Amino acid sequence: MYSLAVLMPLIGASIAGLLLAFAPKGHGRDLAAQLATCICMGLSALLAIVIFHQVAILGQSRTVELFPFITSGAMQASWAFKYDTLSAVMVFVVTVCSTAIHVYSIGYMHDDPGVPRFMAYLSLFTFCMLMLVTADNFIQMFFGWEGVGVCSYLLIGFWYDRPSANAAAIKAFIVNRVGDFGFALGIFGVFAMFGSVVFDDVFAAVPTFVGTKLAFLSWEFDTLTLLCLLLFVGAMGKSAQVPLHTWLPDAMEGPTPVSALIHAATMVTAGVFMVARLSPMFEYAPDALAVVCIVGASTAIFAASVGLVQNDIKRVIAYSTCSQLGYMFFACGVSAYAAAIFHLMTHAFFKALLFLSSGSVIHAMSGEQDMRKMGGLAPYIPITLAMMWIGSLALAGLPFFAGYYSKDIILEAAFGAHSAVGQYAFWLGIVAAFMTAFYSWRLLFMTFYGEPRGDKKVMAHVHESPWIMLVPLFVLAVGAIFAGWIGYESFVGSRMNEFWRESILVLPAHNSIEAAHHVPFWVKILPIIVGLVGIGLAYGLYIRDPERPRRIAQNAQGLYRFLLNKWYFDELYDAIFVRPSFTLGFGFWKKGDEATIDGLGPDNIAANTLRLARRASALQTGYVYHYAFAMLIGVVTLVTWYMLVRG
Amino acid sequence: MGENGFNFMPAWPELFLAVGGMLLLMIGVFRGPKGREAAATWSPAHAINARSVTWLAIGLLVITAFIVSGQPIERSVIFAGMFVSDAFSIFAKLLILLGSALTLILAIDYNEREQMARFEYAVLILFATVGMMAMVSANDLISLYLGLELQSLSLYVVAAFRRDSLQSTEAGLKYFVLGALSSGMLLYGASLVYGFAGTTSFPGLAAIVADQAAEAPLGLIFGLVFVSAGLAFKVAAAPFHMWTPDVYEGSPTPVTAFFSVAPKIAATALFVRVMIEPFGALGDQWWQIIWVISILSMGLGAFAAINQTNIKRLMAYSSIGHIGYALVGLVSGDETGVRGVLTYVAIYLFMNVATFAVILCMRRQGKSVERIDDLSGLATTQPLLAAALAICMFSMSGIPPLAGFFGKLYVFLPAIAAGYYGLAVIGVLTSVVSAFYYLRVVKIMYFDEPAPAFDQPIGTAMCIVLAGTSLFTLLFFVYPAPLLGAAAVAAAALFAG
Repeated sequence: MYSLAVLMPLIGASIAGLLLAFAPKGHGRDLAAQLATCICMGLSALLAIVIFHQVAILGQSRTVELFPFITSGAMQASWAFKYDTLSAVMVFVVTVCSTAIHVYSIGYMHDDPGVPRFMAYLSLFTFCMLMLVTADNFIQMFFGWEGVGVCSYLLIGFWYDRPSANAAAIKAFIVNRVGDFGFALGIFGVFAMFGSVVFDDVFAAVPTFVGTKLAFLSWEFDTLTLLCLLLFVGAMGKSAQVPLHTWLPDAMEGPTPVSALIHAATMVTAGVFMVARLSPMFEYAPDALAVVCIVGASTAIFAASVGLVQNDIKRVIAYSTCSQLGYMFFACGVSAYAAAIFHLMTHAFFKALLFLSSGSVIHAMSGEQDMRKMGGLAPYIPITLAMMWIGSLALAGLPFFAGYYSKDIILEAAFGAHSAVGQYAFWLGIVAAFMTAFYSWRLLFMTFYGEPRGDKKVMAHVHESPWIMLVPLFVLAVGAIFAGWIGYESFVGSRMNEFWRESILVLPAHNSIEAAHHVPFWVKILPIIVGLVGIGLAYGLYIRDPERPRRIAQNAQGLYRFLLNKWYFDELYDAIFVRPSFTLGFGFWKKGDEATIDGLGPDNIAANTLRLARRASALQTGYVYHYAFAMLIGVVTLVTWYMLVRG
Repeated sequence: MGENGFNFMPAWPELFLAVGGMLLLMIGVFRGPKGREAAATWSPAHAINARSVTWLAIGLLVITAFIVSGQPIERSVIFAGMFVSDAFSIFAKLLILLGSALTLILAIDYNEREQMARFEYAVLILFATVGMMAMVSANDLISLYLGLELQSLSLYVVAAFRRDSLQSTEAGLKYFVLGALSSGMLLYGASLVYGFAGTTSFPGLAAIVADQAAEAPLGLIFGLVFVSAGLAFKVAAAPFHMWTPDVYEGSPTPVTAFFSVAPKIAATALFVRVMIEPFGALGDQWWQIIWVISILSMGLGAFAAINQTNIKRLMAYSSIGHIGYALVGLVSGDETGVRGVLTYVAIYLFMNVATFAVILCMRRQGKSVERIDDLSGLATTQPLLAAALAICMFSMSGIPPLAGFFGKLYVFLPAIAAGYYGLAVIGVLTSVVSAFYYLRVVKIMYFDEPAPAFDQPIGTAMCIVLAGTSLFTLLFFVYPAPLLGAAAVAAAALFAG
């Protein structure tokens, strides 16, 4: 059962892939692929629920070893499924979201020619993600890590005939490479220092390494801090944290179910999961934790600020994702790993819901994604509207929706940590919460209310999505409403310790969640207030006086441009990395290879050979006296030579 | 036959061949067409006569080869120290006889077709062969010159054998004029040597040179330079090669084939003997001469051949290059080096005969064609012929595991062992350049649009020669021991005395 939960998606992916390769094209093949993958995913999700009950509720954690993967000297790594509360939660979240999205995809992709390919990628992705979360060693984790990266690349570029999709896919891949490079270095470092890549061995040895130094070239680093920071670079890449966030908004080029599954609910949270999984390491590296906290908080506010002015419906949600991931990271940074995972779970539900709902909107608008061309959709697609409301309420953290519980505990923990970085994170988090509420309702108002701004032809076709797309929305909506309320006590409340057991380590000195329950009342209430203010402001600007946003944008042109262009990160990277690389590459190609190596090497030699050949042939004049002359010259030269040498 | 008596045995092959040659001359004259017909440039009667005489000549060559191979390999000197027979001379003579016989076979059909078949051709070849055999057995500067001139005079005539062709006569004349010049140089050098050493006998010279190796008189060295120049002319090494392209192109193709094989081998063997035996102790001096002409030959053979469009001219430059490689072995001046030279010329013999066999097959509507472009698409029209030529071309450019690779290997290894790295590097580089034109021939045959097919059939004898030589080139690496062993024995003979 424990293995099967992970392997079912792989089976589904294989079936879909084989169908793609061998079955004749047509509706039947598509249907078979959809059914196979959905059934496999559904079974996997059912198994995951049972596993969750056994492992997390009943406390039967275990590690299922399949067979050795790498055995090389001291390096031992196995294919193994480590089930403790942390991975059980992740498996549960991943399989449930994935199942919902698989089903949704049947409707969303119904007229796409590449259905089996799409379903195969989705299932393969899910398999890799499950491998990642159930890994019991760094190597398998890295396998899953790279696997989801590849699937993400494939799915972003799913519509490979669009140049923008290809560019986005390549960008995602390359930016992730930067992160993965850090991650790989971190793994190398772990193996070099600890002599093992198995989590349990490493975690057991961590306390003995506190305060040790690692010499690299002429620098000395604190061992644990360095290793944790390297690993965190990997997490930053995967989880789109500043400054490695630039790929996530562009990744919206992929089909909407992909955005929902990979770029909201699951893959991007892998970084958060990794930090939580490695909590026994990070706990002993307070400097690294501080960096995590600062990066997370900065991302939260940065992404939220950019989200304020975006016009593409999916991009708004993408920046929102980025921002929420920032929340999770700064929760980790103040040792509130449980809160981070809690938010991860609730976020998976409501963000997938938001994405799928926006997909439903896009579906209704015949592919239009620009909110400026929407408006007034409420009467046409009421179910989608309701779903969007639920998702937005949960996202903004209004009371009794899922986000309320998880986001508040994060902010309270940050406040309760009583540290400078905690305060930094708290205040930035509050501002970000205000922005979150504002852009969520901006999205709602611009899309569903006001005057219809779409062209008449499109508006005439607006229709509610089919049931196959709506049912998954309901499932996710249930999660978005109740997940926080149900999970609160177990995840971060009074039953927290029995729930998490050994899967997460928090040193007693860092117990910020405990402190979070004793913060002043104004800290508890502040997020709700700023959320309501944000909603009110959005109402004022986009319903009461729709002209005003434009005037504000004109008055604060500089700020508006700055935000609209995402703080000019892309331009900055373009100038610092992309352009110089291209210039360098072009230079190496034209000047280095073609001009220097080819020019002096093969081409030059060939040209000179030909020239020499012409001269050599020209020697042969055909005149006997020339020939005789040459002979005499030869003899004279030799004789002269000997005269000179012998004196 | 006593110690000082007339011991003819070591010279028996030469005597046999010379007498046989004169006998054939008689047969040709008395059995051939008479009267007015005899005066005509050509008639079918000439052809019939020529054919029988040629086959008889081939028979003579084969018998001589048997006699040579029956000779004792111990060194024996006769004719008052003029003539020597040892393993080295036996090895060289066998190669010469083989080369002469094979090229005579190639000549039969061609000469008839080109209406130039006359029995004198075979007789001249026989006399030239006698001269060459005398050359490689020379033990004195006088007998050296005697053999050389007997060979050369015959060659001048065969070069111009096609009397009605302007090109052929021009080739003969050029060869004669320049050959006379080179003979003059050789003689002048010999006189200088005699003047400073007081003897012309090789052992005598060796003794004197060994005595004063350190401070050999400059005049002696000048003599050596002139002798070397004369010999370099015969082997067609740069800068004394100038006659080669014109003569190779102008002469009738069978003559070119012959030139490129037998006289070359004879001259090379003679060159080696002169350098090692009488002047061996001067090795520190003369390696520079060989070094220079070796590099010049390799370079010229590589570069000048690139622009050629005529296959015979191409082969002329190719042969210049090959002599350059062979001389690399001589530069090191030791036993393995000489073994390398002998191995090289032996392999060269087979490659070259095979190549010329293919060139002789190049004819359309009864007319010989000589342009490289005429080979276009040969692989589709005559795949076997193309394969044979491709083997030769790959072998000549030195691509393993074909014979030519081993030839180069055995001359470069001693050069490196003796410390002549620069020479070896230049040799390898020029062989890269020469690979260009060898492989271009392959490319033209295998990848270009097919030109009209050549005339067929190509003749049984031709087929056998072609198959034998190209198979040798292809399969030499399977069992190289006999050739290498014989070359080693021959080389050792040179250093024994």
